[in-house]
Amino acid sequence: MAGSGNSEVKLLGAWASPYVARARIALNLKEVQYEFLEEQFGTKSELLLKSNPIYKKIPVLIHDDKPICESLIIVQYIDEVWVSSGPALMPADAYDRALHRFWAVYIDDKFVPALFGMMRAPTEEAKAESKEQALASLQLLEEAFGKISKGKPFFGGDTIGYLDVALGAFVGWMKAFEEMNGFKLLDDAKTPLLCAWAENFCNNEVVGAVIPETAKLVELAKVMQARFKSAPPAN
Amino acid sequence: MAECDLKLLGMWASPFVIRVRMMLEEKGLSYEYIEQDVFNKSELLLKHNPTYQKVPVLIHGDRDICESLVILEYIDENWFGIGPPVLPATPYERAIARFWAAYIEDKLLLSFIGILRAATEEVKAEKIAETHTILEMLEGAFKKCSAGKGFFGGDSIGYLDVTLGSYLTWIKAAERISGAKLLDETKMPLLVEWEKRFLAADCAKKTLPSVDQLEKHARNLQVTRWKVASAN
Repeated sequence: MAGSGNSEVKLLGAWASPYVARARIALNLKEVQYEFLEEQFGTKSELLLKSNPIYKKIPVLIHDDKPICESLIIVQYIDEVWVSSGPALMPADAYDRALHRFWAVYIDDKFVPALFGMMRAPTEEAKAESKEQALASLQLLEEAFGKISKGKPFFGGDTIGYLDVALGAFVGWMKAFEEMNGFKLLDDAKTPLLCAWAENFCNNEVVGAVIPETAKLVELAKVMQARFKSAPPAN
Repeated sequence: MAECDLKLLGMWASPFVIRVRMMLEEKGLSYEYIEQDVFNKSELLLKHNPTYQKVPVLIHGDRDICESLVILEYIDENWFGIGPPVLPATPYERAIARFWAAYIEDKLLLSFIGILRAATEEVKAEKIAETHTILEMLEGAFKKCSAGKGFFGGDSIGYLDVTLGSYLTWIKAAERISGAKLLDETKMPLLVEWEKRFLAADCAKKTLPSVDQLEKHARNLQVTRWKVASAN
């Protein structure tokens, strides 16, 4: 068992959350034993409110009673603590690390809002705009992959790295949206490298165990869409 | 000053640029500063940051590094051991520092710019209250991160000091324009003490614009871009 002696690791999360998936994939890659505490959809546990009082969001990693919040921060923490277990998630070179971090920021800033924008869009026009932004982001990520992977299967090279986890955790939802909307986000013609990458990523054993089945995500998406339509506008 | 092939594309009023300059100064790294007109983007900016077309961009040899917090981590890792560290030493302290930096980025700028952009007294009061709440959270963060020492980074100025410190002149300008006290010693006494200490440091003196300059710039933005009447 990896980790320092009897250190206790808990992860507050939910099966469908891609942000939680980032943390779970990282923990699994580093062979960390942890207790997964599932939050119920629509409610927030006492432990969550206590551990993440500012944002009240999952994932929260609790390591020896110390909470760590924000998925990308959690992934870096896991990489830094369980340094001698499994391959490094962050590359060795400072510039390569900067590239991984830059594109992870880009994913959260531009790609993810566009991806979920397609589901939440109140009008067809807004939906089309989100779709365009999502496709444009993936095009940039395709180019980035070409440069960063240097001909290897992952952003991290031979093994899954930080940026692979940052983007890969969303592959389940990407497949769900493809199915629901009847078009391809990852397209052999436009983003061939990312298509191959997504397959390699999902074929990894520890990843496969975390990414939910497309059918289940589609079902959840339909429930959530109905709620968005009937709910008052969010802040 | 350590010689290295470094250029920084920046804009004098941008806190994102200022924090990078502060850290380069702290580490004793020399660089060529190239001021950019962010409303008339240069070929240089478009070439070195095609994704966002924004400052700051650190050009290190043939490498382009964009996004201020990414640049700060690059500086930390690439020049580790030269001058003070940027990020704290342990993984947990680093996670906390990154969390608060993300919090500052997420909330603070929008909040005090919101004060300057407020079209009514009501909205202005709301934004002032919001800014106070955020600064009160950061008071707590300072207590935790500084562990009794002078800076968020402990004995030396680090990642969180420059992330917040780069906003100090903007906060003062917003105080002048709105007439409200934002960094209030009754509400956030530790931060007020930290501010005095930070502003006395070379890295702050060499990189922060004057309050007069920034107040003029902010009032200009109010009138020309935000279409808000500039208060007396």
